[in-house]
Order: sequence, then structure tokens, then C-alpha cells
Amino acid sequence: MTHWKKNKHTEVKGMKRKGLLGKFFGGLLLALMFSVNSAAVGHAADKVKVGFIATLSGPGASLGTDILDGFRLGLSHCGDKLGGIPVELVTGDDQMRPEVAVQVASRMVERDKVDFVTGIVFSNVMMAVASPILDQGRFLISANAGPSLLAGDQCHPNLFTISWQNDQTHEAMGKYLQDQGIRRVYLMAPDYQAGKDGLTGFKRYFDGEVVAEVYTRVNQPDYAAELAQLRAAKPDAVFVFYPGGMGINFVKQYAQAGLKDEIPLYTTAFTLDQSVLRAMGDAALGLVNASFWSPDLDNPVNKKFVADFKDTHNRLPSLFAAQGYDAALLMDSAVRSAKGQIRDEDKLREGFRKADFQSVRGNFRFNNNHFPVQNFYIRQVIKNEEGILTNKMLGVAFEEHMDAYHKQCPMKW
Amino acid sequence: MDPILFFTQALNGLQFGVMLFLMATGLTLIFGVMNLINLAHGSLYMMGAYFAATLQQKTGSFIWAIILSIPLTVLLGMLVETLALRRLYNRDHLDQVLATYGLILFFNELVRMVWGPQSYFMALPQFLSHHVQIFSGLTYPVYRLVIIGVGLGVGAGLYGLIHHTRLGMLIRAGASNREMVNALGVNIRFLYTVVFGLGAALAGLAGMLAGPILSVEVGMGEPILILAFVVIVIGGIGSIQGAFFAAVLVGVADTFGRVLLPPGMASMGIYVLMAAVLCWRPEGLFPAQRT
Repeated sequence: MTHWKKNKHTEVKGMKRKGLLGKFFGGLLLALMFSVNSAAVGHAADKVKVGFIATLSGPGASLGTDILDGFRLGLSHCGDKLGGIPVELVTGDDQMRPEVAVQVASRMVERDKVDFVTGIVFSNVMMAVASPILDQGRFLISANAGPSLLAGDQCHPNLFTISWQNDQTHEAMGKYLQDQGIRRVYLMAPDYQAGKDGLTGFKRYFDGEVVAEVYTRVNQPDYAAELAQLRAAKPDAVFVFYPGGMGINFVKQYAQAGLKDEIPLYTTAFTLDQSVLRAMGDAALGLVNASFWSPDLDNPVNKKFVADFKDTHNRLPSLFAAQGYDAALLMDSAVRSAKGQIRDEDKLREGFRKADFQSVRGNFRFNNNHFPVQNFYIRQVIKNEEGILTNKMLGVAFEEHMDAYHKQCPMKW
Repeated sequence: MDPILFFTQALNGLQFGVMLFLMATGLTLIFGVMNLINLAHGSLYMMGAYFAATLQQKTGSFIWAIILSIPLTVLLGMLVETLALRRLYNRDHLDQVLATYGLILFFNELVRMVWGPQSYFMALPQFLSHHVQIFSGLTYPVYRLVIIGVGLGVGAGLYGLIHHTRLGMLIRAGASNREMVNALGVNIRFLYTVVFGLGAALAGLAGMLAGPILSVEVGMGEPILILAFVVIVIGGIGSIQGAFFAAVLVGVADTFGRVLLPPGMASMGIYVLMAAVLCWRPEGLFPAQRT
């Protein structure tokens, strides 16, 4: 990490001050890196290569697969081209392990010579791969992970996050419960960084009393003991962050313990999104959650995305698929805006910053730290007319919401 | 902690312990009789859950799903034993760990290909979805009581099998002195296949029972497998009696640990317990008799 930190600082300083030495070294580096492709500088490339790294096997494969499906659909809506240039997609499986992800990333950058890398489901994987990709002057578009460090003082000129900053969705639920006038809330999350960040985000906008803040073992399957304690504490409401399989276990057991009608359960889309609803069944029905996106968001891009995704994959898209889709559209717009000069870092960066595309979420723009400024919505799990569990919008929690770390990022543009 | 909450948590601990027992007993049988470390035991648990979930959707009945899934897991276990594990009996434990770890990856990807990467749904059967009042102020979900009942029933059945049948005698003999059993003309290969099938059925049953309360997903067997290993080490490797008492001990200790200790300490709790038991009795609480 330290190595990358140093490098990032020189780059940021170089950009800001345009110091002679920085310019010299930057130029030398660029010349070395792109000596093979030097002829291409200033001309539109004839092919653009995208590396997609995500967890595609084992227990965490569901999210990565969804992002990839969404990304592929986005590419096909762009005519399998980015900004008019034919695209070649290289996929790599990180197996949910940061050290494997680093190997995959290095291979993509050095051997496959990809222009962009995207995907990246988990924050710990993101922290590991950011440096090998960004140090080589490539662009990294996170389609999911948004760790606070990379939004704050370790933000990077070539890193763009299309999804969200990790805390934001939880902040939206904190705000919602605050607005609902709920006073005493019981908090639960797994005992790891994302869990703590989630509850920190929630508390940033919730001023009421926190009855208890319980951290459970990661991948704990059974919550009977914790639920008995929760019932005895008699809170007004419960807020939890349990992604994926942990969320399925928790929501099923919450309903089976008879707590659903006793104490309202609030959570985020990470616990109640399309990818897990089928496995929860009616235990999820009626639960309220926060998200930057909803399948029924009323805009033409989203309607087309949801309908085509359903046709292609015979299932409704999740928010992860929506992020993948937007990642493809963003790349398309950036290459187009740089007039196909994908070897020209500055032009391409300008293109990404403009984010001149129609997002599935409607309004979209990047903040100074290259994280989104976007709305957050409150949704409820319903059964649609075909009897399939899905989410319906209830209202808006935040408009044009910025993450809590952007002021610590030294980038200005 | 008031008495009602205490009693609820004790029941939760017992229920968790019983689930661990179903997992650990197969593991300890296979290790005791065949001297095989089977990391793929968690995969059999997962396969049991997937079989039951699929059959429940096809037949619409939880009971039928269980009845049909048990022979399926037995068959699967026997198939795995015959095709793969049979080659490992004379290898050292490290080779066995490596090969059975490979089986975990194999089964995880197999499930992902057949059932897809998203979690699968298994419903709680209607007739078991309510709560009963045990005494004034304490209600408990029927389904979890059923798990406790099934686990105790299986424990009693195994006790009968091991101590009062010919097969049980062979299993005990195999655990004590493998070569002698072979020398006395017992078809040890067949005995191994049967024992592995039995172990697979127990793991599968645990998975089937867990299906309605848990997420049926790729890799669901791994977290419980680790705890099952702790149980057999505490109980004494090869001892079913030991597995039972150790499972209940670990289940109760883990449940109260999670509630009473701070989070970091709680996840350490059962390992500290294991270390303490090993200091006191290095062979475990109920070591199997060996010669």
C-alpha cells in the first residue's frame, strides 16, 4: 500500500503543480510504458480492451455474475463497441481472494494489455488491486466496491467508482428512520470493516438512541441467540447490514422467530436485492430498504435495461447488474468524448469526468473524488403481478447525495 | 439474564449442538473406522440441502423431500467413496486433506453449474412454522424443537446400531483394529463403503434440516465443517458418544459465548474451550478404544 500511496502523491502533485521534475518523470514513465503503442498516441485506437475482475466462482459468485451480466448487456447496447471502437472483454476470477486478484490484475495489465479494468466486488479486493492497475496508468472503474480510503485522501485520478461509497446506502436508511421519528433502534452487522462502516454510516444521520450495536461472526449461519437478545431488548426498530447469504439467513430467521410483526426490520439493498429475494421467500415481503436504484425507477434507460435483462437472462436484474450496465455506458461515453484516443490519459480522464451518458438511475455525475453524486431511494419488497418478489419505490431519502469523505480528497477539477 | 431468556438460549444452544452432532458423528465415524480425514463432509451437507430443496419444490412436500433425499445422499456418498476416496486410505493425512479439499471445490462448482450461483430457496413447512408455549412467557419455534427431536432420535438410533447390531460390532472392531478385522475375513472394503454412506446420510440430513432456516447456497457446508472438527477433537476422535456430548457442549458454549462475551472473544471462545479440553485430556473427552 505504501508504495502505491507514494506514487499517487507524486501523480496528484504533478497534476496540480505541473512541477518540472514531476513532468519529466511522468513523461519518462509514460514514454516507457507506452513505447510499444507510441504510434497510437494522438490517433483513435482500433480496438479497446477491457479487463473484468470479479468473484465468479465459489460462495461469493452471485454478485460478480450479476455485475458481469449487466456489463455485457451494457456493451451489447453500445453495439459491442466503446465510443465506436470494437471492444474485447477479458474476464478474470478473483475467487474472493485479494492475492489472487492481484495476480489476475497484473496479468491483465502486463500480458493482455487491457485499457480499462472494471468489476471488483469486495472492498478488500479493491484495496489490493488498485495499486497494480493504477500504477501502470490504466483506468480502474469500480462497479461495486467503494471503500472510504479511496474516496478520501487516497483518491486517485484514474479511479472512478460507478456504484457508491460504502457508507452512503446506510446513511440513507439512518436519515429515513430519523425522519420517521423512530427513537430506539437496535443495530446488527457482521464483525468486519464493511459491517462497521455500514453502522457508522447509519449513525451519521440517525440521532436517536442506539439500544445496542451487535457485531456477529462473519458467515455465521444461525442467529437464534442474537434474536432472543434482540426481542428481550424491545427496541422500536431494528437496522441490520447483512449482505448475501448472511442476509438470507438473518431475514428468514427473523420472520420465523415471529419478530417481523413485532419489531419492524430495516436494512439496505445489500440484504434485500433481487439476487437474494427468491431464496428468502415471503420472509422478505414488506421489508423496507434503501438503495441508489430500483427496478421501477421511471426513466427510459432503466426501462430498457430491466426489460432487456429480463429477456436475456429470464430473471429480474439486481442493483449489481445495474452497476455493471452503467459501467459499460460510462466507458462508452468516456471513449467517445476522448474521440477514441484511449492512450491519452488526460483526455480519457476528462471523458470519464464528464460522465456524459444516460444512467439507469437518472441524474448522475461524479464528485471531485470520482465517486457518484446521486439520489438514494427507500424501497419496499412486494410481489409483482407475476407473483415474483421484487422492490418498489416508496420515496426519496437523499437527493444529490455526496459521500462523507470527498472533502478529504485533494483532487480538484 | 432473566430466567426465560436463559432458558431460550439454552434451547438455542441445544438445537445448535444437535445440528453439530449430526455433522460431527459422520465425520468421526469415517475418521475412526477408515482413518480418513474427509474435508468434503461439508459438501455432502450442502448436497443434502440442495437435494431436499429441489425435491420439496418438485413434490410440494417437506416430508417427501426428506424421505427421498436421504437415499440420494447415501448413494452419492457411496459413489464418492468408490470413485475417489478408496484410493486414499493408504496415503497419509496430508494427501487426504488435499484430495478432499479438491472435492469441496468440485462440488461447489458442480452446484453452481447445476443450480446457478444464486442462493436457493427452501420453505419452512406450513405445519411446522408456528410457535409453541413451553411454559408461561416462553414460546419457541416448533421447527427448532423438531430439529432437537430428530437429533436426539438419531443419537439413540446410532447408539442402538453401534452397540446392538452386527454392523455396529464391525464398526467398533474396525475402529479398534483395522488389520485384525480384515484378517478375520470381513469384507473391509464393503464395510468402508457402508460406513461412508452412513456418514453421508447424516451430513445430508443435517443439511436438509438446516435448509428451511438457512440460505441454501454454494459453500454453506464450510462454516459448520470447521465447528464439526472442533467437536470431534473435543469428543475424542472416533467416538460417537464423545461427538454427542462435545456437540452439545460446543453448541451451548458457543450460544452463550455469543450473547455474553464481546464479539472478538466470542468467536475465540470455543477454540479456547478446545485447547482447555486438550490440555486436560489430550485424547478428548471420550477417546475411542484402540489397540
